[in-house]
Amino acid sequence: MVGDGVLEQLKREGRIVVVGASLAGLRAAETLRAMGFAGSLTMIGDEPCEPYDRPPLSKGVLLGRARAERTALPRLRSVDATWRLGVPATGLDMAAKRVRLADGDEVPYDRLLIATGVRARPWPREEEAELDGVFVLRTRDEAAALARRLDEGPHRVLVIGGGFAGSEVASACRERGIPVTVAERGAAPLVGALGGVVAAVAAGLQREHGVDLRCGVMVTALEGDASGRVRAAHLSDGSTVETDVVVVSLGALRNTEWLYGSGLGAGPRGIACDAGCRAFDIRGIVTDDIYAAGDVARCPHPLFGYQFLSLEHWGNAVAQAGIAAHNMVSESVDRLPHMDVPAFWSSQFGVNIKSVGVPSMGTEILISQGSLDSRRFVGVYGYQGRVIGAVSFDHGRWLPFYQELIERTAPFPPQFPTVDRHAGGQRPVDADFPDPSVPSHGPTVTLSGYSPADRRMTFTPAH
Amino acid sequence: MVSIAVDLNRCQGYAQCAFLAPEIFTMHGDEALLYDPDPDEAHREKLAQAAAACPVQAILVDAVDEPAEAVPGGR
Amino acid sequence: MTPTLLHQILDYANRADPYPIYEELRKTPVHHETDGAYVISTYYEIRSLLHDPRISSDARNVASGNADPPAESAPEESALPPSFLRLDPPEHDRLRRMTNRHFGPPHSPHRVDGMRPELHDIVGGLIDGLGDPGRIDLVEEFSYPFPVTVICRLLGVPREDEARFHTWADTLAASLDPDPDADPAERGKDAHEARMALGMYLAGLIEERRKNPGDDMLSQLATAKGQDGPMTTMELLSTAALLLIAGHETTVNLISNGMLTLLRHPEVLQRLRTEPRLAVPIVEELLRFEPPVQLLPGRTALADIEVRGVTIPEGSALWLVLASGNRDPQRFENPDRFDPDRPDIQHLGLGSGIHSCFGAPVARLEAQLALAELARRLENPRLLDDPPEYRQNAVLRGPRHLRIACDGIRP
Repeated sequence: MVGDGVLEQLKREGRIVVVGASLAGLRAAETLRAMGFAGSLTMIGDEPCEPYDRPPLSKGVLLGRARAERTALPRLRSVDATWRLGVPATGLDMAAKRVRLADGDEVPYDRLLIATGVRARPWPREEEAELDGVFVLRTRDEAAALARRLDEGPHRVLVIGGGFAGSEVASACRERGIPVTVAERGAAPLVGALGGVVAAVAAGLQREHGVDLRCGVMVTALEGDASGRVRAAHLSDGSTVETDVVVVSLGALRNTEWLYGSGLGAGPRGIACDAGCRAFDIRGIVTDDIYAAGDVARCPHPLFGYQFLSLEHWGNAVAQAGIAAHNMVSESVDRLPHMDVPAFWSSQFGVNIKSVGVPSMGTEILISQGSLDSRRFVGVYGYQGRVIGAVSFDHGRWLPFYQELIERTAPFPPQFPTVDRHAGGQRPVDADFPDPSVPSHGPTVTLSGYSPADRRMTFTPAH
Repeated sequence: MVSIAVDLNRCQGYAQCAFLAPEIFTMHGDEALLYDPDPDEAHREKLAQAAAACPVQAILVDAVDEPAEAVPGGR
Repeated sequence: MTPTLLHQILDYANRADPYPIYEELRKTPVHHETDGAYVISTYYEIRSLLHDPRISSDARNVASGNADPPAESAPEESALPPSFLRLDPPEHDRLRRMTNRHFGPPHSPHRVDGMRPELHDIVGGLIDGLGDPGRIDLVEEFSYPFPVTVICRLLGVPREDEARFHTWADTLAASLDPDPDADPAERGKDAHEARMALGMYLAGLIEERRKNPGDDMLSQLATAKGQDGPMTTMELLSTAALLLIAGHETTVNLISNGMLTLLRHPEVLQRLRTEPRLAVPIVEELLRFEPPVQLLPGRTALADIEVRGVTIPEGSALWLVLASGNRDPQRFENPDRFDPDRPDIQHLGLGSGIHSCFGAPVARLEAQLALAELARRLENPRLLDDPPEYRQNAVLRGPRHLRIACDGIRP
């Protein structure tokens, strides 16, 4: 069969290029080799260092228990690649099948995997963002810089944005005894990801740990002193916070600009791809040689109405990279869909928060085990009469059960008794998510509609 | 030099690693795990015990000995 | 009449090799016999149920007439209230958390790790003291005294009292075995008396520790004031009894089953002799291959639960046959092969979910050290009886005696 021959040739002597040398890129490369790909493999990354793990950056590193430069990802197998690190990709020529690099070089490919991920959304006012003491936290260098500043014992840290990342920063500061203010536009921290019912628990946690939590406010301006160091922040309620370290934690931007004009279906919401991780072009036609994985990809999920989901989750990057790599070197009938149930975790203020499914799609919540008061519980989210997500606070061992409910599209509210069901968990209540049309930096799952060609999305910071 | 990562989606807080290799793994509260991604070579044996004992096999340990396979500027 | 599969599991004649019965059992992953428990024998189903909040560990939830109530199930008749093993959240979580405070991380992260030198000394002393190398009963001389010494030191129970609590512990361990044929009243009476006696003994000890606290767990439990407050005296007694019995009756089997398995696989034993690190995967594979707790007989369905197309009615008793799940070919390739090189040994040997084995890290260290040292020091060891004589228990299964011979003991 002709097809077999082409694939065999690709596996034997083809050229695969992976743009993005982080978690998804590395795991994809390892999978390609595990699948028997023996051709040339080129890893392109804009950062000068080998693939590293990000979760420790906002936890152990800020606590001073791990060093930012020492979070290299473990290698699960040899990848035997050519590494082009510290050189960002700047363009893609789909017709000629070449990736352009910032140094002018061009790298030809037979199959391309795009795993360029996201970067921290910077403070929108450039001159304020450049003040000494204003940080974002996404990369190793950013974490190292922030950790160094925390070591110096700042008088007060202001965290702008009470999403998971911002809350973890605040938690680390408090654990180190550093005064911290969190300014959150929504009604409570984590409200965009988990809704108001659970967010109220997160707010209680923060306050109990001494966080000066200001909700329903925006930071309108950052003020520097004569030497260019940040000294204060002005809030929309007219108040001022004196601070010498500001951490801007307003979510992420997808690294897709380099693809604009290439004809690939890439935009601010990510790269649209099919369930098998093949990227769409802007006409909505699926390519057969370009794949996407990780934070930058958005792909339709059968469990969630085939909505395009983009997930900024560690586990998604791993699973999707594996699927993409598998499909890159497989016949069409052997390809696999990316159907992993989304899952993530966050640890803050000594509490382990885990989630499965897509809580932010939920409209109702039922506390099926434990209690909000004890901060040990499982909350189940319902959407149109089915279980769509679940969150646990220090109750992670029960989550596999709820994942099964989501996979089976089990009815909501759940009709069965459980161990440790409290009076408050007998009836579902409004999950209390903020209006999705209001820009939010909260959720790490973005529902991006049904159209792969959808590039309409604007973020208008209110700052 | 050995690098590790923990798949904290898999982790369910059984804490076997934190019992057996407290130099590398610590519990932060009842369920959350903190770990040193770059543990000292001296703890390699304890690391192996911890990784083997993990009931959900969530601890990923470097399986490649040559540092970074000639990554320019790496490590 | 062919005996039912439940009876076959419990039948002492099958103790040496229950695995063919489990294989038979797995043909019906949800096996039910009239008026009896629902027996779950396949890996994925067991694992699911261990994480299923519709399953209770509190024996008070068993609908009457559905199963033989285990000994702990009638608190009003018992000397002690149920331990956390037999409770659901939130009580389970609270008591386990309070106990763990003095045992493991986050509050006592170095307790178990810090025992390594002591464990080494105890193992060394016991091997030094082995009698005639031509006639060793490994259970009597090694795999029983080792974990008992360890649990006594950990808890702060005088080792010399062992003769007193040994009988109570054995009686209580036996009462864990479900037995559809025994007279429940008679069984309950024995267990009740043993619990009463053990409770009285521990109460005296705790009183003593309150006056003169040491750095042992009993002292700490008796004097603690953590975020959950202190345990009541009754909670403290139940917890102490649980730890003492569990520390007594399980690791002995892990070590004995381990040495038995190694002697049946001399090539692995030989590798362990030269490569002591192999003890780590060997113990994990043992927990899969010959788990010291074969089944969990004490769970109850709080709702109608569908498993593999079978509806288990609310109130039904469940048996989760861990040892069968561990041999499920759907999960493990060549499951009947003992192979410490398996890439992915996610066994059920220590349970899973909130009730997973509390003492697991100690059991692991004890077994790793014991097997590595026995392999290193016994010269040319061999089994004198195969199969050995087993203990009566079907749940806590292991040899009563493990007679071996060797040519000598290396220093």
